[in-house]
Amino acid sequence: MRSASEASAVETAAEPAIRVEHVSVTYRTSIEKNPTLKTTLMRLGRGERLVSEIKALRDVSFEVPHGTVLGIVGANGAGKSTLMRTIAGILPPTEGRVEVHGRVSTLLALGVGFNRNLSGRENVILGGLAAGLDRDHLEEKYDEIVEFAELEEFMDLPMRAYSSGMYGRLAFSVAVHMDPDILLIDEALSVGDARFRRKSFAKMRELCEQARTILIVSHALGSIRELCDQAVWMHKGTMKLWDAPDAVIDAYTEFLGVREAVIDKEDV
Amino acid sequence: MSTTSTEQSSGAAAAQGASRGRRRAVDDIFGERHVYEPHRVGLPPLGRYARMVWRRRAFALELSRTNMRAQHLNTVFGQLWLLLNPVLLGMVYFLLVDLLRQHSRGFAFFAHLLAGLFLYQIVQTSATDGARSVVKGGRLILNTAFPRTLLPIASVITAFKRFLPTLLVYAPIHLIAGLPVDWQLVYLIPVVALMVIFASGLAMLLSAAQVYFRDLSSFLPYVLRIWLYVSPVLYYYDEVPSKYKPILDVNPLTPILASWSDVLDKGHAPRPGFLLLGVAWAAVAFAAGFLFFVSREREFAVRI
Repeated sequence: MRSASEASAVETAAEPAIRVEHVSVTYRTSIEKNPTLKTTLMRLGRGERLVSEIKALRDVSFEVPHGTVLGIVGANGAGKSTLMRTIAGILPPTEGRVEVHGRVSTLLALGVGFNRNLSGRENVILGGLAAGLDRDHLEEKYDEIVEFAELEEFMDLPMRAYSSGMYGRLAFSVAVHMDPDILLIDEALSVGDARFRRKSFAKMRELCEQARTILIVSHALGSIRELCDQAVWMHKGTMKLWDAPDAVIDAYTEFLGVREAVIDKEDV
Repeated sequence: MSTTSTEQSSGAAAAQGASRGRRRAVDDIFGERHVYEPHRVGLPPLGRYARMVWRRRAFALELSRTNMRAQHLNTVFGQLWLLLNPVLLGMVYFLLVDLLRQHSRGFAFFAHLLAGLFLYQIVQTSATDGARSVVKGGRLILNTAFPRTLLPIASVITAFKRFLPTLLVYAPIHLIAGLPVDWQLVYLIPVVALMVIFASGLAMLLSAAQVYFRDLSSFLPYVLRIWLYVSPVLYYYDEVPSKYKPILDVNPLTPILASWSDVLDKGHAPRPGFLLLGVAWAAVAFAAGFLFFVSREREFAVRI
């Protein structure tokens, strides 16, 4: 009996939090912002189609062990956000396989607040329920979320009345308070004013120290250098480099041809 | 979305008992496991999908409740307007039909008209509300993995919750009109159930189509009005001239609305033919709507 549990413990350590195997994501999307039946019918008459195919990820494979804080850097359109969405299960892979162990909390580009006519409270509750949390757990966390976001007097206002900073603060607060095993954060480290940024950075560091698995997409290279213990550089849908953050950032900035000092000043 | 969690092992892995044992040990510690893979025929495993929908049912209920609150339907006057609107509409239609038929219509017909309008509103609300549901949930779809069918289903829940109080308005009118009251009224339950199932299929179909054709919801009011006119609401099914019968016979709502009228106006069980046809239409609409939606929903995140 004892040997069996020992064996499973060993294998558990070997099991990564996230395993991405030969994943490619190709999707077709319409070029029009607002596709309508009318324009579609008119185009059919002329025999043209307005659909473009985007190869967002090409044969990406990697494993993220439990407790790793992984930074993802890359130019716009390199496939960083698609990678995050694929790991979150929002965008299924066209080829390959993604295996995720643990509860995932996402803070991807747009965050909470899907309906601007609903209040902050309603958005938080609905977002949490959609993510599969049960109501009791949500109610328990709710006050903590609001307190951290410092939005006590705004929670019953419709979110269209929120400033973009308040929006970002609430989104960040929801994502980090869900007790996730795996946290996916896309371009959301620098929200709110300088004080809140410091606070969110401190919270991030706290989470990073709690042996959670965290994936951070950011252009703030300074934060990646400071928070992450691994980094990956995505380029045109492929993984260009996987190494320690310093090495990746050096290679990346060299590739971009910008001095890092300039970027660092814009961080935090 | 193909999400595999603890109790279900991944689709292909039936053979590997050893690896399953290992996975269970991992899941004991980390609670959840998700596998995302491409689907072979564009559909996720349906049984697992249905379980996921059931597990998140609280979300659909809350979404419906929140949307009703946003439309002030939780206030007294909001509720009152919900009831007043179809009653006024019923009066307008009654006047119109009575005029056209040289004042041959009695109060019993008004009861029939109102009951029909109330039931038709389930389809109407599900369709108009449902069509927008996915596009409206855009940000949530971009940020969270969950079965998207919950969005149109929330619209159907709203439609059903709006339908229930109308029964209270109808009840006294039914009594005043002297229409039959007996145990046959229990047949109303399966008839409403058929309507809700049909409306769910329609809502899923329209909400997925709306992603591709954003002007769909602007056509809908016209389609729904014409649909009402070719349904046995503004007249009794049996008085339709044989010239127009074929139109009513291909209308999927005819058997359901005619059954409704059979029970309420005549006080007898729905004609078996209608009931069977109604079941068939509801099943077809639900299956078509569900399969179309689920085969498309993985694309929503890049189309919205």
